[in-house]
Amino acid sequence: MDIKVRVWRQSGPSAGGKMVTYDVKGISPDASFLEMIDVLNETLILNGDDPIAFDHDCREGICGACSMVINGVAHGPEKATTTCQLHMRKFSDGDVIDVEPWRAAAFPVIKDLVVDRSAFDKIIQAGGYITVPTGTAPDAHATPVPKKDADAAFEAATCIGCGACVAACPNGSSMLFTAAKITHLGLMPQGQPERDSRVIDMLQAQDDAGFGGCTNAGECTTVCPKGIPLSLIGRLNSDYRKAITKR
Amino acid sequence: MAASGTLLVLFLFAHAAGNLKIFVGEADFDHYAHWLREIGVPLLPSGWFLWIQRFGMLLAIGLHIWAATVLTIRAKKARPVKYSHRPKIQGSYAARTMRWGGVIIALFVIYHILDLTTGHLNPVGGDTEPSARVIADFAPSHWYVTLFYVVAVVAVGFHLRHGIWSAVRTMGQQTSKGERRAKAIALALSVILVAMYLSVPFAVTLGLVG
Ligand code: HEM
Ligand code: SF4
Ligand code: FES
Repeated sequence: MDIKVRVWRQSGPSAGGKMVTYDVKGISPDASFLEMIDVLNETLILNGDDPIAFDHDCREGICGACSMVINGVAHGPEKATTTCQLHMRKFSDGDVIDVEPWRAAAFPVIKDLVVDRSAFDKIIQAGGYITVPTGTAPDAHATPVPKKDADAAFEAATCIGCGACVAACPNGSSMLFTAAKITHLGLMPQGQPERDSRVIDMLQAQDDAGFGGCTNAGECTTVCPKGIPLSLIGRLNSDYRKAITKR
Repeated sequence: MAASGTLLVLFLFAHAAGNLKIFVGEADFDHYAHWLREIGVPLLPSGWFLWIQRFGMLLAIGLHIWAATVLTIRAKKARPVKYSHRPKIQGSYAARTMRWGGVIIALFVIYHILDLTTGHLNPVGGDTEPSARVIADFAPSHWYVTLFYVVAVVAVGFHLRHGIWSAVRTMGQQTSKGERRAKAIALALSVILVAMYLSVPFAVTLGLVG
């Protein structure tokens, strides 16, 4: 396949950036999107140019590192798929593909397509944990959990913290991410002691980090590689209402 | 947004139902408009209830616009650099037109009050009865007024389709089944409301009333 890519190039956090067009020739339709960028980078290096910086790690859709907005869609055109699991066969020969970083004040660009997602860590530090006694690991069946709750908590726990929800949200809100954590921990017996303070503190941390406010626009869930449902935001709202009325 | 919006939706339904009185007869419609000023009498002096209700509405509208403005400013701040490839709307169209839709509705409400409440922008205006103003407004020769009403009412429909569902979610609705139900109810209520409002101008234009 012969394609053109227009990629956001920015040399550093405070530098200005711009879209730069590159020709990529002879790409296998079975290459992943990241492999296509790898091939392009090899040519750039051979020509003495700076390769395109981008985040990646597992390349199997489980770590949440890869992060590209492809033709205006976070993680590209395929539903429930991370950029690393997206293949070039989803595009056609001759396509011009726009590649941009996640755009959010809370996710500043470090270089090219790499953004700093430590704002998510701040939200987690504010309440995305449970308190357990240290020492030997407890038996797995020591605390019974109803199957229904375990399944729902597991579904929410599949959030890989990639930040696509923020990138897609017209408000730049991280509500889906936070709701996934609130649901995952709030459904488990181990998550109950901090349930009220968790929702209040995590929402405060997300506001402090500069994320926007949620208006239930629903763009997040359509790009989420793990299909985290929008209904979890309702659960977060309900937990929040209960927590503030108790205070 | 959800609390003030709920009050506005209640007003919209009461208002739409009141408008339908014109199908009973013009005299009945005018009688209804006069009655609006007499609600609460003798507990309250004449006209008081209407003014209390108007202040309540202004407060709800004010809070609604204030909350929307705060959210819009936060959204702008949260994405200082725009995407050069404009993001495709992947979710719902109604959800993505809330802000501009809201502005259009607000402008319409101002025009609408100057038209039918005060009569300043009405073709007959003056001391005329409400029914005469409505009939003058939607006469075929005034098709542009009718068109503006239709656009505004349809904008209200879109606004409520997302708004009603979103309010339910804000109040804590959280199951997928409930989400489908809430979306269906929001759509049904919006369609019913739009039909109620549009029936009056269409009936006047087609000569069924007046
Ligand atoms: C085509 C449909 C509509 C018709 C025929 C209609 C008719 C009227 C009439 C006759 C009045 C004056 C009542 C009086 O002074 O006694 C009025 C007032 C009003 N209408 Fe409508 N209306 C329509 C749609 C709407 C919509 C869609 C909205 C809101 C988005 C709206 C909001 C208002 C408000 C805020 C007032 C002022 C109430 C007050 O004086 O306190 N109307 N309408
Ligand atoms: S909710 Fe989905 S899109 Fe958002 S961080 Fe988690 S996995 Fe990524
Ligand atoms: S590189 Fe790990 S999810 Fe894509």
